[in-house]
Amino acid sequence: MIPSRRLALANFWVGIGAFGIASGMALMQALSRANLDLPWRSAQMFYMSVTAHGVLMALVFTTFIIMGFGYVVTERTLRRTLAGRRVAWLGFWVALAGTTAVAVTILTGNATVLYTFYPPLKAHPAFYIGATLLVVGSWVWCGVILRTYLAWKKENPGVRIPLPLVGILATIFVWLLATPGVAAEMLFQLIPWSLGLKETVDPVLARTLFWWFGHPLVYFWLIPAYVVWYTVTPRVAGGKLFSDPLARLVFVLFIVLSTPVGFHHQLLDPGISAGWKFFHTMNTELILFPSFITAFTVVASFEVAGRMKGATGWFDWLEKLPWGNPQFSSVALAMLIFAVGGFGGAINAAFGMNAMVHNTAWIQGHFHLTVGTASALTFMGLCYWLIPILTRRELELSLLARIQPYLWFGGMLLFSVSNHLTGLQGMPRRVYEFDYGGSSVAQAWAAGTGISALGGVFLFVSAACFMAVMLGTGLAGKKGYEESIEFADPLEPPGDKARILDKMWLWVVIGVVLVMAAYAVPIFQHLQMDTFGSTGIRMF
Amino acid sequence: MNVHLYEKLWMWASGVIIAVFIVSILYTSTAQSLQPPSHVETIDPATVRTNPEFAQPGVTLNPDGSATVVVMAMMFSFLPREIRVPRGQPVTFRMTSPDLIHGFQIVQTNANAMVVPGYVTQFTTRFDTAGEYLIVCNEYCGLGHHGMYGTLIVEDGLSADSEPEVAQ
Repeated sequence: MIPSRRLALANFWVGIGAFGIASGMALMQALSRANLDLPWRSAQMFYMSVTAHGVLMALVFTTFIIMGFGYVVTERTLRRTLAGRRVAWLGFWVALAGTTAVAVTILTGNATVLYTFYPPLKAHPAFYIGATLLVVGSWVWCGVILRTYLAWKKENPGVRIPLPLVGILATIFVWLLATPGVAAEMLFQLIPWSLGLKETVDPVLARTLFWWFGHPLVYFWLIPAYVVWYTVTPRVAGGKLFSDPLARLVFVLFIVLSTPVGFHHQLLDPGISAGWKFFHTMNTELILFPSFITAFTVVASFEVAGRMKGATGWFDWLEKLPWGNPQFSSVALAMLIFAVGGFGGAINAAFGMNAMVHNTAWIQGHFHLTVGTASALTFMGLCYWLIPILTRRELELSLLARIQPYLWFGGMLLFSVSNHLTGLQGMPRRVYEFDYGGSSVAQAWAAGTGISALGGVFLFVSAACFMAVMLGTGLAGKKGYEESIEFADPLEPPGDKARILDKMWLWVVIGVVLVMAAYAVPIFQHLQMDTFGSTGIRMF
Repeated sequence: MNVHLYEKLWMWASGVIIAVFIVSILYTSTAQSLQPPSHVETIDPATVRTNPEFAQPGVTLNPDGSATVVVMAMMFSFLPREIRVPRGQPVTFRMTSPDLIHGFQIVQTNANAMVVPGYVTQFTTRFDTAGEYLIVCNEYCGLGHHGMYGTLIVEDGLSADSEPEVAQ
């Protein structure tokens, strides 16, 4: 057991709670988009729930689960107590206070600005301040883990960094490279502007700062999922990690390449020259590489598991895998879905093809495969593993846990494939209705939105199963569950191989240089331009 | 670092796939001029409604056969609501917004761009199939977002000689 069990659990429960609320919002949207006449259905309600779903899922659920997992990995792999646990608790409360401010502001209808909060749409100041506090709380998390790591390193010179911690450190460095963008947007633009201290705000500058943060945010979600895939699931499957050094290489590549890519979200923006967009596009294509390696290494690790259980043929190792164990099936299904999502991502970032999919339903189809499944379903699998250990209670309702990943997988296929297709047919994302004056083109989308609503129902049932298992375990699980937290062994220990990959400072420096190359000049050029700000409108 | 042979092959194959992606982006963006709208021009959103160009949005047919379309995107409509352009000719769109960020997407074409207050969006494309197209706003702009749309009509025989007037 780890010393900061309660701290880790507190983070997990906030994440799980946010997930539960956000799932309810999702059901409402899915049914609404199928044009079902539900009680209380209104445009106001729809856009409010899109905002709440996005913020609670993408920013709150993910961040708290990652923080909880980070603490577990740090204490377990270094076998020491967090350096500054009280500060860590303080960070937790700051993040929770910020989250509460954000949630209340959204749910009272004062911040229907979607989770991208592009100005000049103007929310209540509590929304921006709350979101900033959530980020500040996450910085405390980064600081506590880094301090613990450095203290360990001083006492253990020359010892290889445990692989799970390499992944958590990569997550932290990506976060520290990414968040200055959104922090600058909040502190210099949105907070003073929403408080009335600043008359206008420049929307293209705000979007640039947002996406400096917004794309590496997806790797902030993904890297901890990779930590699970590399260092937890091979063991759950009954095998070993195929290659330790390559896993280290993957994490290091994320530190270097995650951040200088944001303009691929702004390919269709005015005010940014094509050359800079091209540079970011190239970096984005390169970051496919670590994910390609992951696909091989993790699947090979599963094959190792199957062979250790006696498989000898080409494919019979697949049958030997524990498909009935939700800790395994959640990850295996998440990986399968991520393979599709990754190729979709390459299309989104492709300079020219982006125009065919930008802001269409394709995009929501895409990121529900990536963050909505690769990360979210993995985090659910992580909860099935860690919540019983941390609460010392047996997993309740294990039958529901067993079917839940499959419901998610099926629901997500229906939801995502239909959204990809309606997106290619031109349906915009985030619309309450799509009548468009009776346009026949728009009517053709109805088949797709109907299927996506059905997928949404499956996903909601799956989410409800997950919540029932979690609450059942936390509140009524049989006490006395004693299991230690163990990570997968590699086939071969890293030994002295590729020691350079452990030189974190080197990769962080390269990362910083690339971020400067990608952003310093375009932002400087932008500030030299005569720009005209916008005063802000509250249109919700 | 000794890497397993299969893993090496896989990494090379991955590298080749990424190289193919990059080369195809390079080729289409240079040889076929397939580039995202990246015009850099600013405008004061407070004066858009009185700006000589944007206060009179509409289509201008140029002597060389091409067309220039000036569009104002605002909560919750595009002006002009109906745009008529010649088939098979370069059509240059110039757009801005006096209020919030909007999206301008001509469904089932590759015309798709963000319209941001304070900036002029400009891009040139060509429509090869005559007919009526739906234009939608694809960036959330408030409670009336889903009601923001327009129509593009691509037709033959539209030229500066046949129709000297500016279509409104």
